[in-house]
Amino acid sequence: FSTNLGERFWVKVTFHLFDGRKLEAEGKVGDSLLDVVVNNDLDIDGYGACEGTVTCSTCHVVLKQKDFDRLPEEAGDEERDMLDLAYGLTDTSRLGCQVILTKDLDGLEVKVPESVNDARS
Amino acid sequence: MNLKHLKMTFRLFSTYKNIPRVCVVGAGPAGFYAAMHLTKKLENVHIDIIEKLPVPFGLVRYGVAPDHPEVKNVINQFTKFAQQKNVNFYGNITLGKDISLLQLREHYDAVLLTYGADEDKTLGIENEDAYNVLAARNFVGWYNGHPRDKDLKVDLSGHTAAILGQGNVALDVARILLSPLDILKKTDITDYALQALANSKIKELYLVGRRGPLNVAFTIKELREQIKLENCATIWRKNDFIGVAESVNSMPRPRKRLTELMLKSLNENTNTVNDNQKLFKPIFYRSPKKFLVNSEKHLTGIELACNVLTGDKIEDQKCVSTKDSEILNCSLAFRSIGYKSVKVDNDLPFSSNGVVINENGRVINTDVSDLAKLYVAGWLGTGPVGVILHTMSNAFQVAKLICEDLKKQENYKKGGFLEFKNIINEKTSVIDWSGWEKIDKYETEEGKKLGKPREKITCIEKMIQIALT
Ligand SMILES: Cc1cc2nc3c(=O)[nH]c(=O)nc-3n(C[C@H](O)[C@H](O)[C@H](O)COP(=O)(O)OP(=O)(O)OC[C@H]3O[C@@H](n4cnc5c(N)ncnc54)[C@H](O)[C@@H]3O)c2cc1C
Ligand code: FES
Repeated sequence: FSTNLGERFWVKVTFHLFDGRKLEAEGKVGDSLLDVVVNNDLDIDGYGACEGTVTCSTCHVVLKQKDFDRLPEEAGDEERDMLDLAYGLTDTSRLGCQVILTKDLDGLEVKVPESVNDARS
Repeated sequence: MNLKHLKMTFRLFSTYKNIPRVCVVGAGPAGFYAAMHLTKKLENVHIDIIEKLPVPFGLVRYGVAPDHPEVKNVINQFTKFAQQKNVNFYGNITLGKDISLLQLREHYDAVLLTYGADEDKTLGIENEDAYNVLAARNFVGWYNGHPRDKDLKVDLSGHTAAILGQGNVALDVARILLSPLDILKKTDITDYALQALANSKIKELYLVGRRGPLNVAFTIKELREQIKLENCATIWRKNDFIGVAESVNSMPRPRKRLTELMLKSLNENTNTVNDNQKLFKPIFYRSPKKFLVNSEKHLTGIELACNVLTGDKIEDQKCVSTKDSEILNCSLAFRSIGYKSVKVDNDLPFSSNGVVINENGRVINTDVSDLAKLYVAGWLGTGPVGVILHTMSNAFQVAKLICEDLKKQENYKKGGFLEFKNIINEKTSVIDWSGWEKIDKYETEEGKKLGKPREKITCIEKMIQIALT
């Protein structure tokens, strides 16, 4: 096999943090956004507490509408259940551990909302 | 000592001193998350986490249900963090017993209290002390192996039980009582609890709420899990849902989805329950008025006051008790109506609802020069609400304040644990992280023998003995 071909399976992702920081990283096709954060050791406070088992919602990201619409899979009940607990929930919110990178998504930009809210549930 | 030597010792001494030292009291998620934030945002900081039990993680270890091991994955982050050089864990030290708040404040630059909300709220009604009226929190502690609750007497020989309260803890208790044993066997539930549950005769479980379906405090994930539970039917009372379907569309998304799930389940209510099935029965608009007992003071039932809603808009309605009441026959009842924190030290300003009085985490009116500033985070400061996510968010907020305050300070002159360890009674065995690692290893090995991820040690003396070998 050729490494050239392999390289095409890397996808670039940018995380825009609430404090203005911009973190750029690459992930492999098939990786989740959580994998990208973990594999690149990105500094996002508290991200991925349950390690991708859809039980914490610390991996909440907000996508642009057009990206949200073109994700191959919609959020299932379990994911929506956890999103309902997240701070700053929007109509284009997803759990980062459930967003799987495809070649199409190269250049994806997502927002990581502040995991802080004074109005407690 | 010559001059050069003196200078050198002085320099050594001053670098040792010139690092801010923070003491965190309570090794639950609030303490860990705040400490993690501090080490990240401050270039140089030294953190000592002291904890009452010989083991860390608070309610992640002793609250989170055994059949939710995924939630406990957060322990991996905490463990990685605890191995950092500038972080120390000191278990088996109780604030208010082994050390006073004043003593801590004398030896640190900042003290953050995160010791949680350990005490259970009571109903204050007749016969609350009857046999088999239990605090849900103690029952949770019992199946999770908390040393405090290991000897709880739980009698599961009756047919019907009731849980008073409709939050996530209530649903955890329900699920543990109604789950097939095969599922629980594979978890880290204590072996004695498993034995007791194997002999349980509980077939019918009520979940009693004071208000209506729009006021439930549990979250949708827990409800979905309960509804889907194998061999268990969920039965609602149709009358409780009058007017609910009509108001669904105006609710925010989380409440809307939760309510829709209840309505969907209500519509699936079956009359054909088979004999093997257990029954889960949420009921609404009922307040416990008194526990009914027999001559031996064993629970036989609960008298419930019937409540009605007053006011027009369903969202703003008030719930008031009427003169009517209803008897729920049951031989086991759990109170699950919330917690309060314990005032472990007289110097702490406490509010009547059981939290440390604070402004965004700064404990008010406690500033004294030369003493560490005092902060509070987690359930001790916010009250016992929300899940780990909310505790995390609060801990980060408070840690941010601590960073700001510490950065304003120029000199740090406190010695931290090295100084205060001499105050503690020498008979107290302080358990450090390596001690916990030994306990952890022992528990995992014991678990393996039983085909479980872990079998917890429930006796403090035994924990200490293993940690110190
Ligand atoms: C039964 C139950 C189940 C739950 N399940 C979930 C769940 O599935 N998912 C979820 O996200 N959240 C869950 N939660 C909520 C979660 O546990 C809390 O959000 C979180 O643990 C609060 O953290 P804390 O650090 O404030 O308190 P705690 O976790 O209670 O930690 C306090 C620590 O302080 C120690 N301590 C107490 N007194 C002293 C003293 N005097 N000196 C020194 N140390 C002391 C305690 O031993 C403990 O280790 C559950 C809560 C309960 C009660
Ligand atoms: S990492 Fe916990 S829900 Fe995604």
